[in-house]
Amino acid sequence: MADAQRVDRARILAWLQDYGVYIAVGALLLVNALITPNFFSVANIQTQAVQVAPVVIVALGMALVIGTEGVDLSVGSSMALAAAVLPLYLGYGAGVAIAVALAAGAGAGLVNGALVAFVGIQPILATLALLVGGRGLALVVADGQLKQIENPALLSLGAEDIAGIPILVAFALVLTLGVAFLVKKTTFGRHLVAVGDNRVASQLAGLPVGRVLVGVYVLSGLFAALAGVLASARLTASDPSSIGNLIELSAITSVVVGGTPLSGGSIRVVGTVMGALLMQLLRATLIKHDLPDSAGQMTQAVIIVLAVYLTRERAT
Amino acid sequence: MSGSFAIVDLVEVSKRFPGVRALDGVSLQLWPGEVHALVGENGAGKSTLIKVLTGAYRPDGGQLKYEGRAVSFANPMAAQAAGISTIYQEVNLVPRMSVAQNLFLGREPRTRFGLIDRARVRKEAAEQLAAYGITADVDRQLDSLGVGARQMVALARAVSAQARVVVMDEPTSSLEPREVQTLFGVIDSLRARGIAVVYVSHRMDELYRICDRVTVLRDGRVVHTGKLAELERVRLIGLMLGHELSEARRHAHAGTSPAIQGGTPVLEARGLTRKLHQRKVLEDVSVTIQPGKVVGLGGLLGSGRSETAKAIAGAMPLDAGDVWVAGAPVRTGSTAAALRAGICLLPEDRKGEGIIPNLSVRENIVLAAMGRLSRFGVVSESRQNAIVETFIRRLRIKVSSPEQRVRELSGGNQQKVLLARWLCLNPKVLLLDEPTRGIDVGAKAEVSGLIDELAQSGLGVLLISSELEELIEGSSEIFVLREGRVVKHLGPGEVTEAHLLAALAVGSPAEEPAHHG
Repeated sequence: MADAQRVDRARILAWLQDYGVYIAVGALLLVNALITPNFFSVANIQTQAVQVAPVVIVALGMALVIGTEGVDLSVGSSMALAAAVLPLYLGYGAGVAIAVALAAGAGAGLVNGALVAFVGIQPILATLALLVGGRGLALVVADGQLKQIENPALLSLGAEDIAGIPILVAFALVLTLGVAFLVKKTTFGRHLVAVGDNRVASQLAGLPVGRVLVGVYVLSGLFAALAGVLASARLTASDPSSIGNLIELSAITSVVVGGTPLSGGSIRVVGTVMGALLMQLLRATLIKHDLPDSAGQMTQAVIIVLAVYLTRERAT
Repeated sequence: MSGSFAIVDLVEVSKRFPGVRALDGVSLQLWPGEVHALVGENGAGKSTLIKVLTGAYRPDGGQLKYEGRAVSFANPMAAQAAGISTIYQEVNLVPRMSVAQNLFLGREPRTRFGLIDRARVRKEAAEQLAAYGITADVDRQLDSLGVGARQMVALARAVSAQARVVVMDEPTSSLEPREVQTLFGVIDSLRARGIAVVYVSHRMDELYRICDRVTVLRDGRVVHTGKLAELERVRLIGLMLGHELSEARRHAHAGTSPAIQGGTPVLEARGLTRKLHQRKVLEDVSVTIQPGKVVGLGGLLGSGRSETAKAIAGAMPLDAGDVWVAGAPVRTGSTAAALRAGICLLPEDRKGEGIIPNLSVRENIVLAAMGRLSRFGVVSESRQNAIVETFIRRLRIKVSSPEQRVRELSGGNQQKVLLARWLCLNPKVLLLDEPTRGIDVGAKAEVSGLIDELAQSGLGVLLISSELEELIEGSSEIFVLREGRVVKHLGPGEVTEAHLLAALAVGSPAEEPAHHG
């Protein structure tokens, strides 16, 4: 009998790791429906979605990296780099400026990927270097200045919506679908999961392990740069000194809370989005009820520990 | 014999896992002073039964009685405290601590001040080891000892804990013959002390030498329990497999396709040389394989067998030497290049270097061929499924579904999945490093049969095995390695046990002791 309980417990834990985040988001929505006036107003929903979108975009890249048993600490700095480059090229038009900004992020990812894949530096250290150096570089590029953005095309990315969906949010949605497809249906995605699960075996099976790792960090840098562009557009300014500060932590939190194990070999794309959403809703709920931010931070800590506990329990 | 009741009495024990009934009403009694053989194919339920016995699993149904009382061990520590000790295949000790520290880890004798009494630790450690015929210096770091000596330390540790039951899971798999003798001596002394020993092994000779009774498991059930001496070997194997071993295998080589003999070799490796930290890993190793042939690679542990295979497969950089497949040169030091040329390596370490544990059987099979089964980088599951189904049928891989995670399969089925992974690529050369290690008897025969079949279809096969019998039965010629060099080539007429043993013994016997570990 005791053993039956243990089996049930293992099953419940596994289930919670996979779907707990959905329940938590659902519960928070329900609570807010009951106690928070106007929570489900169009305006509030849009605000929440717009606020969470950059985190979602960064977290999607982070999920890919974590799926290879790595981590990318430099995402905030990649955002800053993209933001810093943006105003320099606006003279050539928004399209060119955005392309250059994205290229800067991809370049940062390329450096990370090369350090991890070919030099063999641990991901946490390789990307730590760029976390520190990248923002420094961004400030040099921007001359340490905050610059107003006045290009209407670029600003529209942060302000306008399509059929009621803010463009920022639309980007996050499309990217979510894209990454889900990438992970589930493409050779790159399947290779990346295999590399995360057993790198030696993947190597011996002739998989392009180095290319997969580089690709993953490039995507993470690219996504971070996109988040940097969109966040700047919304801010109507390029602010490399503060944009994306500590976003690596929010992104890692979203991925882990979403059920992706840090040990690699499994990536939960929609779970990651839900993880970001959970953290956003939590903060919003507390703010709307005039509770201090410190309460939110402590609640987040509890959720992180819980998520990691569930992952760990399952592994044993 | 102490009293008339069994030390351990398992009554109708059952254990289910998702999709599998690992144990189905298993009853087992262990009497004081008996050595009890536990045999069965992989997946028969041996490991599960041991884990139930040692507290790692709790049964879903049935009862575990220990010394006459119904018990339920919360964890392996509780079982050990009660007197059930286990020695696993892989030694679970702390490599960087001394032998003495390992022996007393977690139960060190204390001085008056509560500090560890080092003098007593060393003295008692030496005494305990001496009792098992081991004269190792107890201050030596454990990882400086050979595997066999380490296993003896593990055994001494397990048994010194006031054990009443000692479970040995494949205890001789990494021992040399002399060490096996020592182990049997220890087992005899355990028996004399009234301890019950559960002995799990695939080696028939050992079972018949040391065990009193036997329990045969098949598909989670006990199919036989009784005195081992009263059970003929053939019958024992029959019970394990549930069918009579087919004698179809073998001696197919003798008459195999002499037509292709003498043509371009399908694999030619020349002068493979690799130095690492001044040590010669490989020195001028050359191997040639004709299509349709199985060529054996013999040698003792550490002779460079696996390294030769890895070098050919591009998984190890080379200082010199080249590899040719069907007359065309292959870039060395690149697994991708070797694979493109049609060289596939089935690695010795199945778990660490073979399977992708959390991916499905389907994806493990198509892993290397995924690129070819995709269009514009998008995988096609229907094309994958067609191939996967073919191989599951052809290699008789036992799975509940192609979507089952590969880590849930038994060793033999995992090995077949890995074979299938390479067969998807239509390879020209298969390098098989210990293809049947850790696989039960039935699956072993099947895998060996498959190897023959593949060779007959025109592949070149390089077979590495530390089992003489497997090597001799499987190969049409054998290259014998020693310290990274080919010391002997046994041609088609010379592949016999006598020749192979003679070749293995080449060199000064005085070097032998230096070979440990």
